[in-house]
Formats: sequence, structure tokens, C-alpha cells
Amino acid sequence: MMEVEVISGRTLDQGATVEEKLTDEYFNAVNYCELSEEDYNALGLAEGDKVKVKTEFGEVVVFAKKSDELPKGVVFIPMGPYANQVIDPSTDSTGMPQFKGVKGSVEKTDENVLSVKELLEVI
Amino acid sequence: MAQKVICTFCGSVCDDVEFDVEEFKAKKFCKLGRSKFSKKERIKAPMVDGKEVSYEEATQKAAEILVNAKKPLLYGWASTVNEAIRLGVILTEKVRGVYDQCASVCHAPGTLAVIEEGLPGASLGAIKNRADLVIFWGSNPMEAHPRHPLRYSMSAKGLLISGRKDRKVVVVDVRKTKTAKKADVFVQIKPGYDYPIISALRALIKGEDIEVDEVGGVSKEQLKELAEMMKSAKYGVIFYGLGVTQSRGRDRNIENAVKLIQLLNRYTRFVIWPMRGHYNVVGSGEVPAWEVGYQYAIDFSRGYPRFSPAEFSANEVLQRKDCDAALVIAADPVAHFPKASVKHLKKIPVIQIDPFPNMTTLVADVVIPSAVYGLEAEGTAYRMDGIPLRVKKVIDTEYWSDEKILEELLKKVVELRGE
Repeated sequence: MMEVEVISGRTLDQGATVEEKLTDEYFNAVNYCELSEEDYNALGLAEGDKVKVKTEFGEVVVFAKKSDELPKGVVFIPMGPYANQVIDPSTDSTGMPQFKGVKGSVEKTDENVLSVKELLEVI
Repeated sequence: MAQKVICTFCGSVCDDVEFDVEEFKAKKFCKLGRSKFSKKERIKAPMVDGKEVSYEEATQKAAEILVNAKKPLLYGWASTVNEAIRLGVILTEKVRGVYDQCASVCHAPGTLAVIEEGLPGASLGAIKNRADLVIFWGSNPMEAHPRHPLRYSMSAKGLLISGRKDRKVVVVDVRKTKTAKKADVFVQIKPGYDYPIISALRALIKGEDIEVDEVGGVSKEQLKELAEMMKSAKYGVIFYGLGVTQSRGRDRNIENAVKLIQLLNRYTRFVIWPMRGHYNVVGSGEVPAWEVGYQYAIDFSRGYPRFSPAEFSANEVLQRKDCDAALVIAADPVAHFPKASVKHLKKIPVIQIDPFPNMTTLVADVVIPSAVYGLEAEGTAYRMDGIPLRVKKVIDTEYWSDEKILEELLKKVVELRGE
């Protein structure tokens, strides 16, 4: 297990499939977590492996991806239903939940990545 | 034959793109726009409790839900036109509900900052023509507004700027994004440190010293260089994104950034502007502002409008379980709200108006399919810099437009209330 900060955000693929949310294309565009190469290797991850991302607000199983964009200790999940399982819902009176910069942890897991529909059922 | 259309995906609202109706083919669009102007699965027909019904029956059921609710939430509005939004504001007032829109989870913290500090801004045209320093702060147009760099901010040819070589591009971000890889300078910061970094820049620009060697992961040396670069620009711009509004500090980050711009204007010309997401998210704030005085998080339960994001923003209302029905239009809160807010949406009657099935469709009791603006219906949208553009109808459709659906809904609500 590794302590990280979780951020979420838009990607080109997420945007291009945002009006097709019940398709595999959208599922594949939002169901992963990017880690820096250093963190990816430290967790002993390989292509197709899954990770469980946990924060005090929830947990979610997603696919792991290596990214050259991230610094060590920061992980990125595309905005959407998977990221929203773990981000901080409190708004500090602004109306805006904290979608970026939530402290949490990442660990390798054998559990399955839920489909968009299954995810909705467990909420 | 291809004809000029206006793209209705992101806040850049590109007006130089083309669409071939016969071949159903989009030309000159980016990947996001092409996805908008492509054939994909639609909601086939209006539905009540999963059964297909007529538009009349669906709007009747929707009107009953709204009239019977004590306090409905009417949320979305960013991917529709001003004409529909105007009816939505009137409808919310009639049913004494709460009006909130997508900026609530996007750029609304910037609205709060504008209330405090104002917004020294400019149109995208002015920026294209003049800016020799472009700073993307917590924004990543290569993925979120792919043609913005080309048309306005990076390589665009302007009146006084001949192209990319005349412009310095800086990216301030947590990630080395696709935009950062194209920048001249990349300033990598720690998540949630926007505020102290802006404060440090303000001190350095004023000629004061900062007493630390590093702020939020950025060395004093690099901060000094950035401060100098900003001060010596002829015309600078900060385009900020959700990296700033969704991180620790939220509205205060923007407020501090606006103060930085005010300071810079003592030395040179500098502007700041949000990279608005949906094609008419500006309208979803501007229209209620010209109708009732506020941009979002507006409660009509007392019969007059009250603004308070701490109480009436969609996420606060849902997490407090303070609404007993919801109308969701041109948005998908089930996919884009935190789990704690979605929980309550699953429990209350939900009406959805949208062209495409999404996660909100899965929890909606009444689903009303609508036409796609820019393709199947026309109307007015505000580009991210507030320039109004008339989006076109180039294809005939059986689907009702949001405007027509809301007109019908409003009529039925008035009838049911016996007004």
C-alpha cells in the first residue's frame, strides 16, 4: 500500500465519449488510475493490473496505467463515476466538492473493476 | 456538400467548422467536436417508469412531479441554449424550486471571486491579436479545448502577433500535461498549492522578498523568473482551469489570482479568463443573472430568489437531502457528482431531459429525449468569453427541442397549479 494524493480531471477520450456513457468506450475512458513510473514500479504493477484506490470518502477498483505526466505520490483518475467514489464531497460552503488533491492510498488488487451500471448499484 | 456550422461541444464554440449533412460527416472539428457531430445511441422515445410514452404524457407526468414536490432541484443547463435556460429559470420560480447549473462543479468558484474582486478580462479575439505571454494555470486545452490553442492562444495569428514564435507559453500544473509538453516553460506545483504560489508571485512582482527557498514545490528562482516574465510581457493572459477551482482554496485561489492581475496592471496589460467547459455553460449563469440577479445556487422556495452556494448549490442540497424531486437537463450529475450526492438522487423522483442516454437516465423516472442543438435545433449560446453565437439547425428531427419541451412543461405546471 502506498500513500498518495488523488486528483481527477478531463481527458480527450473522456470528453469524446461523454455523450455515450453506457458504452464500452466510455467505460474504458474513465475506469483507470494513472501513476508515475516510480510508483507504478514500486507497487510491482504490470499492464492489465488493477489497483484499489482508497480515501476516507470511499474506495474504488480501477485499472492501473503508467504515466509520464505525474510526479511521485500523485495519482490521476479521469473525471467520472470512478473518481467520484473517492473524491471529497464537502464543499467548504462554495458548492464545489473537492475533486482534486484528496489524500488516500493505492494498493494492487485482484478484485474486479465494476461496470458503470454496477457502480451505480453500490452507491 | 459541407456547410458552415457552429460546434456545440466545448466553451470554444468553434464557428469555422463544417458539416456535410448527406454524408453525416464533420470537417475541421477536433476529436471532441467530431464526437458531438457523429451518429450515436439516442434515447429512443419519452419514457415514464421505463415504458415508452408520448411527449404529452411524459411532460404531464413531469409537471405532476414538479408541482407535487415541496422543493424540487432543477439542475444542468450547460449544454442547452439561452432560450431554453430562460424558460428553465421561469419554471424553477413557478415550482418554487432550486436552480443550479453545471458551473457549480466547474467554474462557479470563479463567479464567487468575481463578486469579490471583479474580472479583468478580454475577448478571445483581443487575446489572439495581442497576447505575447499566455499562461495556462491548472488548465489543459490540448485535452479539454483542443482547438483553443490553435485559434486563440498558442499558434494563432493575430493583429500584432504573427504566431507561436511571438508568444511565450507557460503552463502551471500538477501534471506535465499534453499542453505542458508544448509550452516554453512548465512550472510543476504540488496539488493544492495554487494560493501560496500566487501570493509569492504577488510579493515578488511588488519587489518584495519571500523568506523561503521554495513554495508549493516551486523554487524561489523559478518563481522569480516567472514574476519577471509576467511583469515584462506587453500583454499577458492567465487562462485558468479546474486545476484551480476544484483544488484546495477554490474561490480564494481565483480571488488571489485576480489580485495578482490587478497588481500586474500597474506595470503592464494583463488579463485573466476561465476556460469554460460546456458550450453554453456561460449562458447557464448569464441567463439567470439577467432574469433574477444570480448565476447559480438560487432558491425560489420563498417565492423570491435567494443566492447562497453554501445552501442552494446542487451538491449541498443533495447531501443535506433538502430536495424531494429533481429535473436534470443537459447534464449528468449521476456520473459527475460525488457518491454522497448521488445517493439522494437515487431516492427521489428524477426527470431527465437529454438527447443521449447517460448514468442519470438509469435513475430517472421520467425521461424526455431532446434534439441536439447545433445540429437538429437552433438557438443562442455564449462562447466562453461571453460572445453570443447563434447555433444552427441543419438536420430535421422528430425530437423536440429543449425549448419546446420546457414550454410544454411550463404550460402544464401553470394548468396544474390553477394559475
